[in-house]
Amino acid sequence: MNNELDPRPEDLKQRVWESIQRDELPPSDDRGRMRLVMNNLVLHLHPSKVAKPTLKFTYTWGLGGLALLLVALLAITGVMLMFVYTPTPASAYQDMLNLQTDVWFGQLIRNLHHWSGNLLVIVAFLHMLRVFFTGGFRAPREFNWVLGIGLLLLVVAANFTGYLLPWDQLAYWAVTVGSSLLSYIPLIGEGLRNFLLGGPEVGAATLTNFYGLHVAIIPLTLMGIVSFHIWRVRKDTLTIPHTVDGKVDGSDDGDRIEKVTTLPHLVSRELVFALIMTGAILLWAVWVNAPLEAAANPDHSPNPAKAAWYFMGLQELLLHFHPVFGAIIIPALGLGALALLPYQRFDLSAEGVWFRSRKGRWLALVSVVTALIAVPLLVLLDEYVIDLPGMLPSLPTVISNGWLPLAALLLLLIGYYDGTRRLFKATACEARQGVFVLLVTSFVVLTVIGIAFRGEGMALMLPWEVL
Amino acid sequence: MADTNVSRRDFLKIAWGAAGALALVETGGVVLSFFSPRVVEGEFGGVIDAGAVDSFQPGSVTPFTQGRFYLVRMPDGGFLALYRKCTHLGCAVPWNPAEGKFICPCHASSFEMDGQVINPPAPRPLDRFAVSIVDGMVKVDTGAPIQRDRASADDLVYAEVAS
Repeated sequence: MNNELDPRPEDLKQRVWESIQRDELPPSDDRGRMRLVMNNLVLHLHPSKVAKPTLKFTYTWGLGGLALLLVALLAITGVMLMFVYTPTPASAYQDMLNLQTDVWFGQLIRNLHHWSGNLLVIVAFLHMLRVFFTGGFRAPREFNWVLGIGLLLLVVAANFTGYLLPWDQLAYWAVTVGSSLLSYIPLIGEGLRNFLLGGPEVGAATLTNFYGLHVAIIPLTLMGIVSFHIWRVRKDTLTIPHTVDGKVDGSDDGDRIEKVTTLPHLVSRELVFALIMTGAILLWAVWVNAPLEAAANPDHSPNPAKAAWYFMGLQELLLHFHPVFGAIIIPALGLGALALLPYQRFDLSAEGVWFRSRKGRWLALVSVVTALIAVPLLVLLDEYVIDLPGMLPSLPTVISNGWLPLAALLLLLIGYYDGTRRLFKATACEARQGVFVLLVTSFVVLTVIGIAFRGEGMALMLPWEVL
Repeated sequence: MADTNVSRRDFLKIAWGAAGALALVETGGVVLSFFSPRVVEGEFGGVIDAGAVDSFQPGSVTPFTQGRFYLVRMPDGGFLALYRKCTHLGCAVPWNPAEGKFICPCHASSFEMDGQVINPPAPRPLDRFAVSIVDGMVKVDTGAPIQRDRASADDLVYAEVAS
């Protein structure tokens, strides 16, 4: 017999509590705070200590955390919506109407889901820009950048599959146009499109397929990769912000990097930001309703029929290039370049500095202005003046409206890179950033033209004539 | 010859690898065929009876909503069934009787009565369905749209003239 006394407390309530929460709450010292972070399921996504300069809000803008918050909001509201929605052509649209009139807070939950989903596309894109402009993709973080590109694509795929579910005119034709972009992939395009749609046209099978992708496959994949992405950030830590003079940003003597405990310094900031953003999204969702048009009618295409807004840049490209180039080659080149970007050689002194350096900042500004002027100009030129297929009728349009203009644009880009290197005496790192800014701004401008400047028959017109 | 000998260990490694790869390919095949499009009998995709030859005037375009095609009777009496899906990005193309052509509302592609492209961005003429005329009745097989590079007189089907 062992007569030694059980050291656990007598009180049953206390014994139950300590079996759930093992560490002292609240912790009395830094060791306790670190142990709490390490032993907590959710908090252990964070390291137990972080570098104080990385807490600066204007360094990260909280974009990664905001994306995670939106994913959580989307999961909660999405699961709620699953209980009041059936994915068949006969009932989908009626369910949307019931959601607005019969279900308590149905419109609010749908609005929250709709606006969070669209905001997530924007936030994920901005998060990517932030990481690029502060050099946060440099070794050892290259692969996490690639994971991030994968997550961005998944977010777009989630949004696109969700786009169809309301089964209104907007949904039906945006998905028709969007999925037709796929059919231009040589050899396998048509098969891929038919596989995805479950037939040659958007129909009942498409709704079933997209529903399965939207509520199961994409969210599960997304959560898996998100966990990997965050785990990598925890292992690799954040890059330390630096000022253009090479000093540590937010440190008194310029070189020393102070470390603070994650609890409360990081966690409290995250909670405050999450609370403010949740409040803002809630307010927006209370005041602005998600759009719902007439029920889907496969016999009648609206004029103009536009793809989902984040595909409008592609659709705009499609108006200027042969479809294989507008829908496949140019986007593939862009995505490929984006994925390979962190494997380029990087100027170490630029790490953690917004826009690399003083010269980098100027060059970025010049690139934005160049794109803001050049892209609308090129669009107008192509619309009203240049008609390459008409001028070169003997050539197939793949060459006259594909290879030729693409080669011309690539030459212009090389010229721009070379020109900025000479003119600004920029380093390769700064000049590459300039080209990146030029291309990103061009994409944004094309998207805006597609959304706001294309009206009936996709003709160019002023925004107040479009709406 | 000694160099080309595969050790027992290597042989097993290769065999395991090959078996694993085969299992992956088979699993992929099962998944792909499980999700492959299912054909619904009886609706769009079957053979549709359009009506008697004489009920279509030469030079007319008759829409068939259920079959998703237009039955065109050219002025010379030839029949042609055109899939209403725009060859550009898949919008439903309406017939514009006033202008005598198909004009797509999405990106302003337009097509002749026989499907020939008048105005891009559409890359090829409207797809057609096979038309057959049996005992004076027009039948259209909507099973497989036929793609073509240019509209041709060979695409037209004529009713046999009673001699």
